[in-house]
Amino acid sequence: MVKVTTISRSFGDHQVLDRVSFDVRPGRMTGFLGANGSGKTTTMRIILGVLAPHGGSVTWRGEPVTQSVRQRFGYMPEERGLYPKMKVGEQVVWLGQLHGLSLDEARANTARLLEQLELADRAGDKLEALSLGNQQRVQVAAALVHDPDVLILDEPFSGLDPIAVDTVLAVLRERASAGVPVLFSSHQLAVVERLCDDLVIISGGAIAASGAREELRAKHGAARFELVVDSDAGWLRDHPGVRIVDLDGPRAVFDLAEANGSRTDQQVLAAALSRGGVRSFAPVVPSLYEIFKEVI
Amino acid sequence: MAGSFASATRLVAEREVKSFLRMKGTWIGLGVILVLLFAGAILPTVFAGGPDKVAVVGQDAARVLTGTGLEVREVGSVAAAEDLVRSEEVEAAIVPDTTGDSASGVRVVALDDQPTSVVAALATAPPVDLLEQSAVSKDERQIVIQVFAVVFLMFAMGGAAIAQGTVAEKQTRIVEILVSTIPVRAMLAGKIIGHAVLTLGQMLVIAIAAPIALSIGKHTDLLSIVAPALGWFVPFMALGFVLLAAIWAVAGSLVSRQEDLGSSMGLVMILVLGPYFAVSFFADNATVLTVLSFVPFSAAVAMPVRLFAGEAQLWEPLVALGVLAVTVVLIVLLASRVYSGSLLQTGGKVKLTRAWAASSTP
Repeated sequence: MVKVTTISRSFGDHQVLDRVSFDVRPGRMTGFLGANGSGKTTTMRIILGVLAPHGGSVTWRGEPVTQSVRQRFGYMPEERGLYPKMKVGEQVVWLGQLHGLSLDEARANTARLLEQLELADRAGDKLEALSLGNQQRVQVAAALVHDPDVLILDEPFSGLDPIAVDTVLAVLRERASAGVPVLFSSHQLAVVERLCDDLVIISGGAIAASGAREELRAKHGAARFELVVDSDAGWLRDHPGVRIVDLDGPRAVFDLAEANGSRTDQQVLAAALSRGGVRSFAPVVPSLYEIFKEVI
Repeated sequence: MAGSFASATRLVAEREVKSFLRMKGTWIGLGVILVLLFAGAILPTVFAGGPDKVAVVGQDAARVLTGTGLEVREVGSVAAAEDLVRSEEVEAAIVPDTTGDSASGVRVVALDDQPTSVVAALATAPPVDLLEQSAVSKDERQIVIQVFAVVFLMFAMGGAAIAQGTVAEKQTRIVEILVSTIPVRAMLAGKIIGHAVLTLGQMLVIAIAAPIALSIGKHTDLLSIVAPALGWFVPFMALGFVLLAAIWAVAGSLVSRQEDLGSSMGLVMILVLGPYFAVSFFADNATVLTVLSFVPFSAAVAMPVRLFAGEAQLWEPLVALGVLAVTVVLIVLLASRVYSGSLLQTGGKVKLTRAWAASSTP
């Protein structure tokens, strides 16, 4: 487990991180959410030792993260960069060696990864000859070539088309299920919603919420339901404890005033059944966007 | 991980060498140097100036010279002839022999060097008197200075590639991956070693080509002149290169784009070109040359020259090497701090003080 404990950092007078703490658990994809300038990249750079924190610590398996530990991390910086004039395959092999692999291991891993990322036929091309999307895939390969113990990815999906997102996602999922903690930031909430097991939401340099995605949903979601009946659902307006969000003929979306009332929602259902057929009655799970808006 | 610093350094050095060898510019540059070398060695022979000029005094001398093809200037007295030799208007003077040990009845007077071509032109070789006695002739000394200065200049300018490579890494942002993977000092060390190997390689090519060019141009004597000073030149050269390479790397790390490199390279250019011109201009000034031979940036040229001319005691190069070595250690330490402090700062030009303050070794 990667444990980030009360890290702070400022640039000049501007405090960018204020006692940020969270965990990245092994075998899980942790989504790191925050608006632009909220401190995501700074946090990731500190985890990677590229920046020094002004207080706080980062540990991996209970030990401080040193240079040799970090060599086993995989990192995809927000500002992408590889050597434009170096051949794709050669470059990934070189980075693998730099991460401590032998030449043979680096070659084998590079071949496997380029195959998985559908880049095998471009291995002999210079990086600059590839499209931006393909360069992005090479960047993924560069972060994964050494079978890292920990993966830290800053906006790994930006700039990828939907198919490429799936390809990259499959590769990341495979690593996570092998027990690697994966932390990735994104501002594309829909993507994060689909991928992450855990969530860390940062706002203005402080952690606004963190935990398992489902727990956060349960905690932050309002008690919202959708009801579809055979006839008009207008009677709901007068039902005690119901606040209508959206009403359209037989379909209604509403919040229940008392969030603790499983009894209340059953009363609404009973009332609906007494008026005729019920086609659908279900809780509405809040989207990440709603959680996000609520906590920041 | 034991040895990870060494292997990171080696990998960085290898990559520098490989990518440098793949650039067209590398080969074009080397080609231009070789062409200049051959042109410089061969063309003067092809377009050699007129015959050597000699001053002559008396009838015997004029007789000896008939049919030699030398350009003759007759003067009235031995003193007048010696003046012409001193002012280097003539190669040598041929004067009547007064001691009686010359078969042809004449002696040859020259400044400080055997006038080989003049003596060879005469039917019998008369004795030669030199007006100024010195272990090394001025010409030889000038040649050694030029050879060392140019070689050093090439080495030093070779370091500019380090600055360019460093900016390229900042500009393409790969620097962030590198910094998160290996120690910054390994990056710096790898770059310096890689480029030292490259520059040495180019020197080797030139060292092989030079004798060929010189023998085509019939200047083989030059080689035997320079050779004795080479032994001292090598250690000074090697340390001098590391010194400048570290400074080049800092120059590169201070800016974020190739376009801005000029502004930070200016100072390094002064450090490289300054010693070159200083040693060339003050070659005749023993005091200045002595000072220059102890200043770390010019020692690599000035000290071997003084040693070659026999003007330096044995302790002097040892002290100068010591001063140079200490400077190298200090500069490399300072450079690696500034380098790591400025490497991740992008935007405009990084101020030295800011780079220094930003550096922290996690």
